[in-house]
Amino acid sequence: MKRLMPAFAVNGALAVAAALALAPLLWMVSVSFMAPGEADSFPPPLLPRAPNLAAYRELFARHGMGRYFLNSLFLASAATLLSLTFNVMAGYAFAKLRFAGRDRVFQLLMGALVIPGQVAMIPLFLMLKPLGLIDNFGGVLLPTAAGVFGVFLVRQYALTIPDELLEAARVDGAGEFRLFRSIVLPMLGPIMVTLATFTFLGAWNDFMWPLIVLNDEHLFTLPLALASLSREHVQDSELMMAGAVVTVAPVLLLFVVLQRYYIRGLLAGAVKG
Amino acid sequence: MKQQRAGWVFVAPALAIIGLFFFLPAAAAFVLSLTDFDIYALADLRNLRFVGLGEYAALLTNPLFWQALGNTLYFVVFGVPLSITASLGAALLLESRLARFKGFFRTALFAPVVTTLVAVAVIWRYLLHARYGLINYALGGLGIGPIDWLGDPRWAMPAIILFAVWKNFGYNMIIFVAGLQTIPEDLYEAARIDGASATRRFWHVTLPGLTPIILLVSLLTVAGYLQLFAEPYVMTQGGPAQSTVSVLYFMYEQGFKWWNLGAASAVAFLLFILMLVVTLAQLAVAHRRGAL
Repeated sequence: MKRLMPAFAVNGALAVAAALALAPLLWMVSVSFMAPGEADSFPPPLLPRAPNLAAYRELFARHGMGRYFLNSLFLASAATLLSLTFNVMAGYAFAKLRFAGRDRVFQLLMGALVIPGQVAMIPLFLMLKPLGLIDNFGGVLLPTAAGVFGVFLVRQYALTIPDELLEAARVDGAGEFRLFRSIVLPMLGPIMVTLATFTFLGAWNDFMWPLIVLNDEHLFTLPLALASLSREHVQDSELMMAGAVVTVAPVLLLFVVLQRYYIRGLLAGAVKG
Repeated sequence: MKQQRAGWVFVAPALAIIGLFFFLPAAAAFVLSLTDFDIYALADLRNLRFVGLGEYAALLTNPLFWQALGNTLYFVVFGVPLSITASLGAALLLESRLARFKGFFRTALFAPVVTTLVAVAVIWRYLLHARYGLINYALGGLGIGPIDWLGDPRWAMPAIILFAVWKNFGYNMIIFVAGLQTIPEDLYEAARIDGASATRRFWHVTLPGLTPIILLVSLLTVAGYLQLFAEPYVMTQGGPAQSTVSVLYFMYEQGFKWWNLGAASAVAFLLFILMLVVTLAQLAVAHRRGAL
């Protein structure tokens, strides 16, 4: 009996905490299946009387949600591809290739971590405007195509590749590019999944920079569309919750599947601070 | 010397992007903040004037800027300790030897972190609704009268803090879990043999073992919370009565609503300096207490 009580308290507290963490998300799903206007009553209903897809139908048919979804999907996928290409190459070189000025350049990059990204946003806007990159996906993507965090993440992982392996391949006459493609890349697999997960979630959830770059509604991402909808349709709880589900569900699913990799990146990122 | 060339070829694209799209504009922000760049200069650069520290001086006499700064500090001063306490509590529960279903609980507690900020802010707007919101309904069950969370200047910032704690505590929780795993089991064993209670073991073994992690987590969280933006943008639009205008919200409005890009750059720069000062102050305090 005496041994059961603490176990009960710990697991009970965990259950309450988990319920609090999940409650808003479960409520979102529930309301999204309610009939128009059903959620705005007192006491607030927890479950839909007759679950239906009215809110989703209106969202996709009348508010162009399909387009915003594709915009988000395209931007997040493209950001992931770009970030994988540039950060992996640079991260590997900073870890394993000897070249003049390497360590000094890397230190300079790490120093950039103290500068908040928003400092660069206004001049960046003014730079991209004459290039026609405002109201253009290019303007959203280019600044995120490579980043200090990504380079750092890959470098730390690449440091564990044994030098002997690379030297042996060089003795066998492999050029640096072939070495990278056939020996290094396969070994970097796990960290590439981590970087891809981080970049995709980051790009999908990003708000401030797309808000500055994209004014044309046709180019809106899901967060932009949702923010603008919520300013016009404050009354339509069901519609807004359906929009939130469409926005949140893909990243939650992705996280549940790739948790292990995501958390590895999170811990590596924390160490950098 | 093939490595020499290959090295530069491999890092060149990333360096070009980071240099062109981060270092260059960050440096340009300072230059821009010394001008009165506004909507007329946007139309024709000949209207641009160099004003030295004029924009900074104007900001320091602008009551709305001070209010934005005060609101942001309010958010940091209450939000950061609350967040860290929640994170540490959750981590201790997760790492308890008595805990079961750890994998499920960890995923559930972490879920809010990966959600899209704008989407969950929209959800919370409805949860916090004065009449139909679930939160007031639950409070009503406890005999607490309805609170106009987002419509009352006294309650809007506390509501945003509550939301931010919910959204973010899982992040530091994971870092604390990793930190807790590095504290040697022998220390707990020795304390137990000495007859130390669970509370004493927490104060004398767990907390000292976590000190470097707590410092790290504080630095990251303070820096992150100083950048408050999307929460007020979605939930309150800075209101009511400007009680949730944050420094970045103020910058965004100056820059992209009124097109005072010179003034907005000065705001961005002041925020950067504030973040540096606060970080250095935290490090100095930690140093004096021997945590470093």
